[in-house]
Amino acid sequence: MIAAEFDFAYLMQQIVSGLAAGGIYALLALALVIIHRSTGVINFAQGEMATLSAYICWALIASHGWAYWPAFVATLVLSFAGGIAVHRVVIRPVEGGSVLRIVIVTIGLLIAINGFVIWQWSGEPQQLESPFGTNVVTIGDVVVLSHYIGTIAVAVAIVLLLWLLFRFTKVGLALRAAAVNPDEARLVGVRVTWMLALGWGLAATLGAVAGVMTAPIVGLDPNMMAAVLIYAFAAAVLGGIDSPMGAVVGGLLLGVILSLLTYMSQYGAFDWYSEELSLPIALLVILVVLLVKPSGLFGKPEVKRV
Amino acid sequence: MRTLLELDSVAARYGPVQALRDVSLTVGEGEVVAVLGANGAGKTTTLRAISGTVSRSGSIELDGQLLKGGPEAAARAGIAHVPEGRGTFVDLTVVENLKLGAYTRRDRQVKRDIQRIEAYFPWIAERGGQRAGTLSGGEQQMLALGRALMSRPRLLLLDEPSLGLAPLVVREFFRTVRELNEKEGLTVLLVEQDARIALSISSRAYVLEVGRVALAGASDELRENEGVRRSYLGY
Repeated sequence: MIAAEFDFAYLMQQIVSGLAAGGIYALLALALVIIHRSTGVINFAQGEMATLSAYICWALIASHGWAYWPAFVATLVLSFAGGIAVHRVVIRPVEGGSVLRIVIVTIGLLIAINGFVIWQWSGEPQQLESPFGTNVVTIGDVVVLSHYIGTIAVAVAIVLLLWLLFRFTKVGLALRAAAVNPDEARLVGVRVTWMLALGWGLAATLGAVAGVMTAPIVGLDPNMMAAVLIYAFAAAVLGGIDSPMGAVVGGLLLGVILSLLTYMSQYGAFDWYSEELSLPIALLVILVVLLVKPSGLFGKPEVKRV
Repeated sequence: MRTLLELDSVAARYGPVQALRDVSLTVGEGEVVAVLGANGAGKTTTLRAISGTVSRSGSIELDGQLLKGGPEAAARAGIAHVPEGRGTFVDLTVVENLKLGAYTRRDRQVKRDIQRIEAYFPWIAERGGQRAGTLSGGEQQMLALGRALMSRPRLLLLDEPSLGLAPLVVREFFRTVRELNEKEGLTVLLVEQDARIALSISSRAYVLEVGRVALAGASDELRENEGVRRSYLGY
């Protein structure tokens, strides 16, 4: 490939699209972290749950004639309730046993939801519109899709809300206590099983936002979140699987790095790179972090008491 | 004295291990009662049966109300259990630990009660934002007590508070417990390995042996009891 001239505007465009993708990874990674902290497993169904949420949003708009934002809010509410239901019905019965049992249940859930989506809406790709339109925003020479700007704004708002919830509310404090120290939490009167269910509800809601924001970019399709889940997993591992802050930073970093690789490959550096390699690179990130620094950037190293 | 807590023929087991066989005891309102016994006699299990952290049979009544359900229910009934090994939330800050202590309360005086705890333990005021896990063992034990007080408990269960603490810290801890009992009428059921301290702070005591009450009486009298002296006081 011939090295083109340096183009600042194009670089900024790549960074913005990287941040938008990274914001989506961050939201899904946060969902993974919340569940890992409370239930102790990676929820492999997190991506499919997000896909289902995106389909629900699309069905409300396309089949029931809802306006976008009411459909969006309804989707979040339904996803929240759905997350709680998933915990009460399929996770709670196997909780407290071996981690492997819960993992297998989440894999089963992944397959079941995927099957349900195809059965209900067929495997045909659909178009879920972006609430931010398909126009572009021009800042100086920099031209970016309004959907990217909107996605970044939504991700920032959601992360902020979540932070306020965990940091400043009584239920947020109880959620944290129940996740890190369930026995003690029970002693002070926290209803721990409900807190875990609430965590699943929050995770499903975060996933729903990620799904609804992903669909306009890649197209609504039963498998659209499969790759996003891998990126989110890489982001969560990179940041530290138990660190909410790490999930956000890890997601944004991963999004921007992948985007910059694309940019640089077009300018001669890393010219071996093409976007088909982004998924293997995410897997490489997972592997390297787990080998070199398993606690990630923000996680606390696990202390084993002998 | 009004009876606050009454255990009648309480038994409890961990899987196949019968930890409590038959324990009956009472604690009067405003009283400090100690439970003594060798390792494995069932002291800790007695407290765990009361707070519902182990499944039990027999009846446990708090102020005439039968206690049912797990620790969440016991906490709501007014029982604050400071378990063996401190029982603080090590990842949370000192102030967050105190706020969690007040979790079951619906009133708006939580802030004032934090100040009340700070009056007992002045260091808490300066280090409220510090993670509980970074405190010394003694400070964690004080924090665990403070956290328990935040619930405005009707009954405080203390399990081996002296474990692993320096003698001076132990003395300060029990001085605070006595002050709380004398000034605020706090009712305490205390499990303690150190029988000397336990008998000096309590008005009555029970001695457990293999899951049963072997001996009960006023602490002053038990101190003079030959068997207690030989087995638990070591002279």
